[in-house]
Amino acid sequence: MIFTDFTLLLLSIFIPLSAAVVLFMGKSLGNSGVRLIASIGFMLPAVIAVYLWTRFDTVENLFAGTYAFHGACDLGLRDLVGITLQLGLNGISMPMFLLAGIVGLAAGIHAMYSQAERLHLYMALLLVMQAGLMGVFSSIDIFFFYFFHELALIPTFIMIGIWGGDGRRTGDGRRSAAMEMTVYLTLGAMLSLLGLIALYGQTGWDTSAGFSLIGLRDYFIENGMVEGVSQNIFALLLFGFGILVSLFPFHSWAPRGYANAPTANAMLHAGVLKKFGLYGLIQIAAPLLPEGAIVWNDWIVWLALGNIVLIGFVTIAQTDLKMMIGYSSVMHMGYVFLGIATLSVVGIGGAVMLMFAHGLSVALMFVLATAVFNRTGTYNMKAIGGLGPKAPVLAAFFVAASMASIGLPGFANFWGEFTVFIALWENHAWAVAPAVLGVVISAVYGLRAASSIFFGPQTEAFKESLGQREIGDITLAERAPATILLVALCIVGLWPMSISHSINEAVSQEAVYKKAPALLSGHVQPTSLMMADSEAEKMPKGDASL
Amino acid sequence: MNYIGFQELAATNKWSAIMPELIMVGLAMFILLLDLFLPSARKRAIPLLAVFGQFGILALIILGCGCEAIKGPLFGGMIEQGPYTGYTRAFFVLSSALVCYLGSAYLSRQNLPRSEFYLLTILVSAAMMLLVQANNFVMLFVALETVTIGFYVLVAYCRYNPFSLEAGLKYLIMGALSSAILLFGIVLLYGAASNPGLQHSTTDAMNFTSLGKFIQANPNEPLVLIGAILVLCGVCFKIGAVPFQIWVPDVYQGAPTPVTAFLAVSSKAAGFLVLMNLIAAPFAALGSLTAPLLSAIAIITILFGNLTAIGQRNVKRIIGLSGIAHAGYLLVAVVALTKSPDNALAPWAIIFYLFTYLFASFAVFGVMVHLAGVEDENQEIEHYQKLAERQPFLAGILAIGLGSLAGIPPLAGFIGKVLIFIAAFQAGLYTLLGAAIIGVVISIYYYFGWIREAYFVRPSLPGDEAKQSYPMPGAVGIIHKVTLGVLAIITVVLGLFQQGLIGG
Repeated sequence: MIFTDFTLLLLSIFIPLSAAVVLFMGKSLGNSGVRLIASIGFMLPAVIAVYLWTRFDTVENLFAGTYAFHGACDLGLRDLVGITLQLGLNGISMPMFLLAGIVGLAAGIHAMYSQAERLHLYMALLLVMQAGLMGVFSSIDIFFFYFFHELALIPTFIMIGIWGGDGRRTGDGRRSAAMEMTVYLTLGAMLSLLGLIALYGQTGWDTSAGFSLIGLRDYFIENGMVEGVSQNIFALLLFGFGILVSLFPFHSWAPRGYANAPTANAMLHAGVLKKFGLYGLIQIAAPLLPEGAIVWNDWIVWLALGNIVLIGFVTIAQTDLKMMIGYSSVMHMGYVFLGIATLSVVGIGGAVMLMFAHGLSVALMFVLATAVFNRTGTYNMKAIGGLGPKAPVLAAFFVAASMASIGLPGFANFWGEFTVFIALWENHAWAVAPAVLGVVISAVYGLRAASSIFFGPQTEAFKESLGQREIGDITLAERAPATILLVALCIVGLWPMSISHSINEAVSQEAVYKKAPALLSGHVQPTSLMMADSEAEKMPKGDASL
Repeated sequence: MNYIGFQELAATNKWSAIMPELIMVGLAMFILLLDLFLPSARKRAIPLLAVFGQFGILALIILGCGCEAIKGPLFGGMIEQGPYTGYTRAFFVLSSALVCYLGSAYLSRQNLPRSEFYLLTILVSAAMMLLVQANNFVMLFVALETVTIGFYVLVAYCRYNPFSLEAGLKYLIMGALSSAILLFGIVLLYGAASNPGLQHSTTDAMNFTSLGKFIQANPNEPLVLIGAILVLCGVCFKIGAVPFQIWVPDVYQGAPTPVTAFLAVSSKAAGFLVLMNLIAAPFAALGSLTAPLLSAIAIITILFGNLTAIGQRNVKRIIGLSGIAHAGYLLVAVVALTKSPDNALAPWAIIFYLFTYLFASFAVFGVMVHLAGVEDENQEIEHYQKLAERQPFLAGILAIGLGSLAGIPPLAGFIGKVLIFIAAFQAGLYTLLGAAIIGVVISIYYYFGWIREAYFVRPSLPGDEAKQSYPMPGAVGIIHKVTLGVLAIITVVLGLFQQGLIGG
């Protein structure tokens, strides 16, 4: 077999998977052996992701016009149902793939030095998750896209059950949190699976086109879709994916789940895995079902505003740091949904950018929250205070992370939110005001959390619980993942072109994102939204690259 | 029958075509003889012979040595083989070998006669292999009764245990009832098809092919409709579909665990394969009757099985009730087949699903057999507490088995469910799909609850100390480890790689 870029993609999935298999049986390895194997399993995918990212813009002869590093192999289902393991990256999946690599590495380092019991099992499950994440965003085949998502999802349930729930007051909390999350997410996954199969069904089970993004897109461009069906399938996908992304009002599993999940797991789930649904809407649902996307547009906007405003107020009311991060991550999903609702090149570009940025910043917040917990023994923000002088570096990290998550300039989040607002102005101008209110809300809770934990006098309860114990500053094991994430946030914050260029290229190739905005604002009659007319091809690319 | 008829009959008597079945019967007879003549010290060889003999037969079937499916009617139209025959044979032999293996582990703890267990299991499996090739109602009924009578004995095998006896009695009564219903249906069909006043009436009305032609000509004949419904009801008893599921929980709980596995896997599979044959040949023209009927049954079966399984604490009952739900999912594929008989995917989806069910179920049953005490029917979900700490290997196998049953990727059960969903989509069965999705989500609750019991440490509640802790069986033997390990590995591999088991 010739060593190609496709092999690299395969390796990025199979290295963590094989490391996981070794660790499952590696009870006798000892902690240092486990760390060695786990670090290989996390390091190599990250290196591959960065390497492919640096090469992405130079690749020529893209497969089907958009996909680099393409390759495929048949695992036995091609003839009967047209399913092949087909991998490749386009401009939208490249940043997500990179995100999975970076956050995976950070979570891996954090997990290696956490005090988890049965470390080998802990790392093995995390590696399975990592393999699934690398697979989700590099799959072109829709079946495997879903398959890898589920592969990454399962460890979440198990890890919450076994290791979750440090410092929760209710002893049985993690059991019910794990169960709630499992049942809820299975429902979401099943609905989206139905939607995806129904989508495939629209081709008349054309196995030559296959169950892949490229095959379906080509088929629908050529043959169009029966009217009316598009809306129904889009609804299935919207609500199926919506449950997985904690779209309001299907969000209740998320804060509780994250609050109870072990840190590394929450980092990977909230940071990367949750982007699956958004990615599915951007890559599959909206481009292939444009009519549906337009019919359901108002729903997306209203529910997204629910995420931003209602959940925003709920977030302010939280006193538990981890619950607050969980709610804030639910809230920020609202912006991404708003970006998707614009259906414009700029808005979708902003949504992808925000997905990338939010993935990094929420993972960073989880690392820091755990660092706070390790020093204070509680997540209750009201019971802490004055930690700053004792742990100045931790305080600096925390303030920076809060600022990133609010969306201040200098961090990647800023570009994402900013672009979404600009795009929103075009066809949902009225929604900009509540959306901007969300920024104020997140400033309120973000800064309040920082001030009540790190500044001001120490509370009596905190002093008592400390006793004679000395608090140290952030350790190297906590600092390494935090630095990786923060540096990545800043690089993209200061040099957004590094990823927005490829996003823009890919998004502007989807005909729907060029035509839909005009349609949404009611200027144009609906024509074939899938068809990329030659005029549009020649027009200068819309500028989301900033 | 005239001379030419006999000549034709003789020409289709190809005994080589049913060689695997004959070898199975031969093996059973050999075990009977050995049991008579072997000194009791050497009777340990009998389980070995039963298990390895069947694995030998399995190897023969897989390698295809002289037992390829033969086209055209055999034995005067009694038997017809098709593209799935090899797969179904392999299925039943494999399942039977695993039942014998579990049986040897189970019987080592009980003071019961040994060799009859293997003998009966093998004979019943041979009958099932013939049952699913039957192309004639006489053949079907005889094979079915052989299976059922064997099961009467097996279910009540633990004869000093009241639960087992109760289960045996229930199975006997319900089985007899269902046989009577089936027979009544067959007779009605026979009577209708032999009526010379109707078009295409036939003297060979038991034969699926000629009956199918007759039904095609007279699809609205009331006798035919009633007969078909009764026949389907009889088969639905075997697969445990609602409203014929009433025996399942009690019999599954009372029967010895290996027999429960045998019932859950082989008996159900046989029912489905028979149903597939019936839908394909004689009842092909009755789509307007069978499709709504089976759809309704499927929906109720899925919901009933899953909802009732939630509240159970006895794991054998959970397996039984969840098995009802699985029957419901499989029925969805059968309904897809009734809607469009030329659907290429649905039969393969059924067969693939049955195989994934086999591997996952036997993995779970293997764990259950090891953990069960002498009181076999008393296997509560609490007994699995802290299993992951005490016996991580068994806990891992359990998680993979249950995960596959729940349909979680990357395990085989997921692919099975996806194939069935795709088949259902192809046939446009949206209501059924909705029911199946609801069922799958509910099933996560009890499967995951079981896994949770094994893995997650439960905070101790007041009053826990008073409860007697359940005695933990000893370490897992190497053979048991290898067997369960192989089952789990196949479950994982089939989730990733399906070539060979699908599409012929």
